[in-house]
Amino acid sequence: MIKFLVSILLIALLSFVCGLFLPWWTIGVAAFVVSALIPLKPLHAFFAGFLAIFLLWGGLAFGIDQQNNSILSAKIAAILPLGGSVIALILVTAFVGALVGGGAAITGAFLKAAR
Amino acid sequence: MRIVPFLISLFLTTGLIICLNRQWGDLKKTPVLGSFLSPQHGFWQNAEAVGTDFSGSVTLPGLAGKGDVYFDEYLIPHVNANSEADACYIQGYLHAKFRLWQMEFQTFAASGRLSEVLGAGKDDSYLKYDRSMRRLGMVTAAQASLAEMEKDSNSKKDCDAYTAGVNAWISQLKESDLPLEYKLLNYKPEPWTNLKIALFIKYMAYDLAGGDNDFEMTNAKSFFSKEDFAKLYPAIQDSLDPIIPKGKRFLPPGFVPKAPATADSLYFNNPITVTDQELKPEKDNGSNNWAISGRKTLSHAPILCNDPHLSTNLPSIWYQMQIHTPDYNAYGVSFPGAPFIIIGFNDDCAWGITNAGRDVRDYYSIRFKDETRREYWFNGNWKPAVLRVDTIKIKGEAAFYDTVATTDLGPVMFDPTYTGYSDIASSRSYAVRWKAADTSNELSTFSRFQSIRNYNDYKEALQTFKCPGQNFVFADKAGEVAIRQEGIFPAKWKGQGLYVMPGEDSSYVWQDTIARDENPYMILDTAGDRGFVSSANQEPADSTYPYYLGSDFPIYRGLIINRILNNMNSITPADMMKMQTDNFDVFAEMARPLLLKNIDRSKLNDKATAWLNTFRQWNLINNPGEQGPVIFKYWWSQLLKEILDDEFSKTSLALHTPHESTVLEALLKDTAWSFIDNVNTPEKETLGQVVTGAFLKIVPKLQQDEKDDHITWAKNKDTWARHLLRLPALSRTHLPIGGGVHCINAAKQFHGPSWRMIVQLTSKTEAYGVYPGGQSGNPGSPYYDTFIDSWASGRYYPLWVMAQDEIKDKRVKWVMHFNK
Repeated sequence: MIKFLVSILLIALLSFVCGLFLPWWTIGVAAFVVSALIPLKPLHAFFAGFLAIFLLWGGLAFGIDQQNNSILSAKIAAILPLGGSVIALILVTAFVGALVGGGAAITGAFLKAAR
Repeated sequence: MRIVPFLISLFLTTGLIICLNRQWGDLKKTPVLGSFLSPQHGFWQNAEAVGTDFSGSVTLPGLAGKGDVYFDEYLIPHVNANSEADACYIQGYLHAKFRLWQMEFQTFAASGRLSEVLGAGKDDSYLKYDRSMRRLGMVTAAQASLAEMEKDSNSKKDCDAYTAGVNAWISQLKESDLPLEYKLLNYKPEPWTNLKIALFIKYMAYDLAGGDNDFEMTNAKSFFSKEDFAKLYPAIQDSLDPIIPKGKRFLPPGFVPKAPATADSLYFNNPITVTDQELKPEKDNGSNNWAISGRKTLSHAPILCNDPHLSTNLPSIWYQMQIHTPDYNAYGVSFPGAPFIIIGFNDDCAWGITNAGRDVRDYYSIRFKDETRREYWFNGNWKPAVLRVDTIKIKGEAAFYDTVATTDLGPVMFDPTYTGYSDIASSRSYAVRWKAADTSNELSTFSRFQSIRNYNDYKEALQTFKCPGQNFVFADKAGEVAIRQEGIFPAKWKGQGLYVMPGEDSSYVWQDTIARDENPYMILDTAGDRGFVSSANQEPADSTYPYYLGSDFPIYRGLIINRILNNMNSITPADMMKMQTDNFDVFAEMARPLLLKNIDRSKLNDKATAWLNTFRQWNLINNPGEQGPVIFKYWWSQLLKEILDDEFSKTSLALHTPHESTVLEALLKDTAWSFIDNVNTPEKETLGQVVTGAFLKIVPKLQQDEKDDHITWAKNKDTWARHLLRLPALSRTHLPIGGGVHCINAAKQFHGPSWRMIVQLTSKTEAYGVYPGGQSGNPGSPYYDTFIDSWASGRYYPLWVMAQDEIKDKRVKWVMHFNK
């Protein structure tokens, strides 16, 4: 359990740092590296990666949206199209990132298991 | 050993990333979803925190001295710079900081590069747009203008500084900082150049002086009899109230253009038709301006008003600012994409602009030797054409190569390889002669405007202004009030350029230009004059003006403006606010008696009678909640159909619909106007029949609109401040504003008063203004649409000309310091 939580924390942290300087998909690299270093069962690794990015992206988006009074998110949610639902936009944001994070993390776990 | 699951998950995850790292879709492409959604890279980064601190300090190489920018609560910058060049530098930086995407996009449009970022479009519409702009010669015109601008050391210095300012902003941008639209469309800004400034100015020239109806008129001339043609397209309108009041004595012309000997046979009576279809700017790009002598104002100081009518785009075409240097203190609106205040005032004078709308774009029929278009017949010889190949990049597709020939008469706009927006193949070729393609330095006029102190400075400043021809209204604190129609206009013989001209020899070229002193102007002097000058895109002078002016001018706004001003005294800025937002429909005032007199009430059922009563009782004011304007709009347009469609639909050729004023004046004069009769029926229809018939036809539509809550004027007209990409989500839709095309408050659906300004030139200037937008071009900023609601409801903001000692004023919200 501790390893699971540490993984989530590290993936989120490393992804955040990568995101400051590197392209968006480096969240995948971050999740892959962390789960290759910290051994978890593959399915657990998937959830760790998934949750880490879900929380990171969802949290960041939510925070930004709060500060912005949803001025922009309401417009983007109408373009994308999500019927103008800001919550849906935040969830989609979180989910898309989470899928990449989860996929990368399980790949890392399989690599670890392969050694 | 988990090699297989490893490979599978590696494959799936990489696949997912690849899928999220590209655009999807054919015509309308999705953003790159991965980066677009990433809160650290994508659109979330454009969600500007409410209460963002815009204060800061920037060090910019290339700045000559220090500069300070004080932002007020509306994010309007009050710039304090040490020199004109530094002011341009800082202005470039601010334009880029708040409006980068729009300013670059507009220059892409100007240079025919929309396909590069948007793809070819539905039915190749963007590609056609690009080919039109390039064939018209926008890029070569901008290059020529740039060369002229750079010959003037001041203009060059100012443009260099402005460009450096824009690039100082661009060069420090990270991916996450890019304006939202770049992320939506997946591209990046290029470095800014002086050429882009010239391109933007040419774009305005296209928008304001790029219109003509030469093809439609050529067709009409060939399709209608001489008598019918004269009835449908008369040279002058009876109710015209010109910019220069009737009765002014003009001197004989300095140059008398002579029609060629072949004009009758090869031009006026030559029954050719054209199927090619032009790209045209918005036809109602116009404006109102007027300036009132102190004799008619309460303060005894002149008042100047201006509201340019342009597309009500978001981000707005205007960016409001104050620019202070040791030489001048100017306030007003600027164009993101060019330096200086374009419409505004300084400590001594105020100036405003409306479009002259003169026809400066003409076509010549070109005979090429063969389809290679290498040689054309000119002055009795086969003359080599200059061929150039334009490479038009298209997003997601191979580039398109357009071979364009240029002749002595101008670039070839249409030929067998390009028919414009028409689908009909054509073997003919037409070269275009466009005044804006000539070299000029319009920027120098605005550079001088910043510091004009009196009428002579203003007149001097206008000496370099060539195209697009504009009506420049002027007033100063010494009490001088004037208007000048300025620009270089070709001196045309009567009817020249109304139709496509023969292009086989030089006899049909523009022979000379009208000398500047002969351009129509009016200076208020003392008692005896009417006490104001005004313009609203109507014909500048009546038929006593010694040059041919063409005949495509709207008249109604000019009528109502002059009527109101004639009847008004002790005028205050508050009166002017009421006047600029006046929704009275003078066209309806003139048309309604005709309609009411001729409708046969016995043919109406109860419902129809009720609608007629609503129309009859309407106060002729196009206010948002009125139903009268909707009934009138439907009735009049249906009446036009009843009267004209039977004749006009007998041909598939493109024809120009006659002006509303033409039809109305004809019907008022002659109730048996020949077009009233429906040529498809044996009986001879009367005016009463068509007026009644038209009304009966619109009743079901009115009933339906009432059901759909679409029957009140604002809802029916549906004015938007529309994003340049036409995305409703980024636009402000369904604005509750009245007015209309014939009202002073000329708000149409996507077009209208783009900046309302009132300046009273008392010793301390008192000015008001509002535009349908906001200072930030970022749809994620609270300042994206700041002024729109006030604009729609007719409210104004006092324009604060910040004084040097007001640094500590509580209206200053943020300060940016610029250091070298």
